[in-house]
Amino acid sequence: MVDTESKALQAKEKAEMTTPAEQTRPGVVFTPAVDIFETEKEITLLADMPGVQAADLNIDLHENVLSLDGEVNAPEGSGEADIIREYRTGKYYRQFTLSQVIDQGKIDAEMKDGVLRLSLPKVEAATPRRIAVKSS
Amino acid sequence: MLWRRRTDQPPWSWSSPFEELERMRRQMDLLSGGYSRSLFGEPAAGVFPLMNVTEDKDNYYVRAELPGLKAEDLDISVTGDTLSISGERKLPAEDEKAKYHRREREAGRFSRILSLPARTDTKKVEAVCTDGVLTVTLPKAEAAKPKQISVKAS
Repeated sequence: MVDTESKALQAKEKAEMTTPAEQTRPGVVFTPAVDIFETEKEITLLADMPGVQAADLNIDLHENVLSLDGEVNAPEGSGEADIIREYRTGKYYRQFTLSQVIDQGKIDAEMKDGVLRLSLPKVEAATPRRIAVKSS
Repeated sequence: MLWRRRTDQPPWSWSSPFEELERMRRQMDLLSGGYSRSLFGEPAAGVFPLMNVTEDKDNYYVRAELPGLKAEDLDISVTGDTLSISGERKLPAEDEKAKYHRREREAGRFSRILSLPARTDTKKVEAVCTDGVLTVTLPKAEAAKPKQISVKAS
């Protein structure tokens, strides 16, 4: 499945969020690109959120709805004038509905180089158990 | 698409009048699309990574969003008024048994060259990568800095 032959990356505009609710704050909101995969024990989510510091990221899990909310401070200093502007900066927001029951106490989040890694362990009861079929 | 149509069949051999209308509509779309893009100044080069360039009195700042990359993964070189950045984004392999719900993040190589408006002092160029955002600070060469000219009253 994994591409071992590395291909050239294509320039892509950031996906702007189509808001479910109206925004009351100025600025654009983007949906981060994510990878979500699950193993028998946990669901892992990786999200690209460049410019978000660990302190500015809010992760909320409420009734199976997981929300990611990352604030981005404008990287430009004051007194800088634009020459070329190819991408915009703004906050990141995305919600997911999780089908599995998550062990809330064991959620682990790590922010590194603009990539969030979130581990959501399933509760014991939700981990699939192999059922042995007995022959009578 | 447009080009092909032009070379394949001469414009006077319309198969239907609506086809010609359709061609005009597409051309209009192309035009309006071109204008809206230049207004916002977005995708100019269309090469990864997208870059923002700003300047102040002393420096040029080139920024690019490269989540997951560290400064040492990047190959940055400057010659006078051009800056080239190349590297590779690798996504670490995950558990083989993992089943994916979403797979949107991409890996791959990239290289880009960018022309700056003026010459820079190549010896003092600095690059930092914080929180997945690369910032290259390029001090302007003395000749490129703005100079205050005082007007003498005679």
